[in-house]
Amino acid sequence: MDMDGTAPEGGASHGTAEDAALEAQIGEWVAYMRRRRELSAADSDELEDHLRNSIDELTEAGLEPDEAFLIAVKRMGSLDEVSREFAREHSERLWKQLVLTGGGEPAKAGPVRKDLLIMIACAAVAAIGIKIPALFGLTFDNDLGFYGRNFSLFALVPLAAYFIWRNQVRPAMIGVIAALFALGVIGANVYPLDNDADTTILTAIHLPIALWLVVGIAYASGEWRSDRRRMDFIRFTGEVAIYYVLIALGGGVLTAFTVGVFRAIGIDAEILVSQWVLPCGALAAVVVAAWLVGWKQSVIENMAPVLTRVFTPLFVVALLAFVGAVIWTGNGIDIERDVLILFDLVLVAVLGLLLYGISAREPAAPRGWFDWLQFALVVSALVIDVLVLLAVNSRIAEFGFSANKTAALGENLILLANLAWSAWLLAAFLWRRAPFSRLERWQTGYLIVYAAWAWIVVLAFPPIFDFV
Amino acid sequence: MHITKDLVAASATPLVLGILAEGESYGYAILKQVGDLSGGRLEWTDGLLYPLLHRLERLGHVESVWRGPEGGRRRKYYRITEQGQAELAEQRRQWSAVVDALQNIWNDAQASGPKLAWEG
Repeated sequence: MDMDGTAPEGGASHGTAEDAALEAQIGEWVAYMRRRRELSAADSDELEDHLRNSIDELTEAGLEPDEAFLIAVKRMGSLDEVSREFAREHSERLWKQLVLTGGGEPAKAGPVRKDLLIMIACAAVAAIGIKIPALFGLTFDNDLGFYGRNFSLFALVPLAAYFIWRNQVRPAMIGVIAALFALGVIGANVYPLDNDADTTILTAIHLPIALWLVVGIAYASGEWRSDRRRMDFIRFTGEVAIYYVLIALGGGVLTAFTVGVFRAIGIDAEILVSQWVLPCGALAAVVVAAWLVGWKQSVIENMAPVLTRVFTPLFVVALLAFVGAVIWTGNGIDIERDVLILFDLVLVAVLGLLLYGISAREPAAPRGWFDWLQFALVVSALVIDVLVLLAVNSRIAEFGFSANKTAALGENLILLANLAWSAWLLAAFLWRRAPFSRLERWQTGYLIVYAAWAWIVVLAFPPIFDFV
Repeated sequence: MHITKDLVAASATPLVLGILAEGESYGYAILKQVGDLSGGRLEWTDGLLYPLLHRLERLGHVESVWRGPEGGRRRKYYRITEQGQAELAEQRRQWSAVVDALQNIWNDAQASGPKLAWEG
């Protein structure tokens, strides 16, 4: 900090001149503080008030204003340390600067090139990895089951490796992460599953979820117990999803053009695209999307909360219309298998909107219309979930348990429990009986339930349902 | 006497909640009171009080409100909530258990321990 502006003036006639010098010093300190993105304007007002109190008291005790200023600033503590504490507390405000490495040092723009190279290496491993089984005669056409069960391993092992490198995860944690991935390999490949067995499809859906949460351990630098880090990971998940969709759309357009222009000159590029470009590109894009989230964050950061705000009201209208129609016509849900999946997806989307709304919210902000909207969203989803459960139940009563129906039932129960308690906590928040952070901690704590269920489906379902 | 960082950190929450339990207050006054209560032995880095207050607010143990004279500088006041009272009571139970245990061991040590030279 620059202290030059204050020539120490002794003597009787200082009064206003020294006050002005003091004001200038305080102004500089405040400006310095405001440049830190960790501190909001309200925070710096609060700290400035503190500094002025401190100076007032010291001058009353007989110190000169500039001495008082120095001492007050010293007592305030190093601004680095203070803003790091603010950053840990308010990660929703600036999770972008906080690449949370083990020491909690804020990331600097220095080793950009190295970061880029490692990212490219990991993406390349993902892209090449998916073609290695082809060397052993496994083709996409004949061994779809193998690829379906294993694609998440090919995509997420390199991603976890990238985070382990970037966050300098502790060796013990690396061991845990590696062990969990090994468990994934076992779950995907040990059981004798046919290409079209139901449990193959279930594994293909659930293993990515289980492994994505393992990636979360690496993302959180091993601090997976911390609810703030988990919330960061939830935010990160939403951002990756947005980036991935954007990349997929762009990639789709590009390949369509390419196939088209090659056909114009009489070359059929479709085999090349379906065998190489598509699978390799899709896997490499996972790493690239994750890297982009860290790198170009501010672009998306403005988009995700906006998307949440746009779609939450629309979803509320759609769900309420559906509930209204069910009540009006008196028709229960007539469940076919694919319809059931559709409802599960709707509930997952609702949960995503809720999670994203929570993660982008300043926890101490006052209650607003959006909180009511979220409450309406959760309650209507809850009603639909109950209807779906009734339908699943009657189907199970009629046809008995199968792998698919049991998985659907479990998922619905998990979502029901989550939504019911979320509704309760939101109500408590809206009626001023509980702080918002209860809901936040409920959601971050619940991640464990998803992980447990996904692992159960992957590891226990195939033997339970006789590998069909 | 210097009190270690860990002890300062562990005692921060019950101290702040305890002070706020006596009435609403603001950062600087809270810090002054901590100094007075400990006879100046508990030294906090001033700036670190605020992240702590914000955490307590997020957890719902305290509430805050900005207040100030018209045109004057505003100040953020904190007040304890019911949940904060409960948390304070809980912390108090835990701390008395710790203090009791320490008292016992020190009394034992005095009664039966080896006599030190200067105790005569």
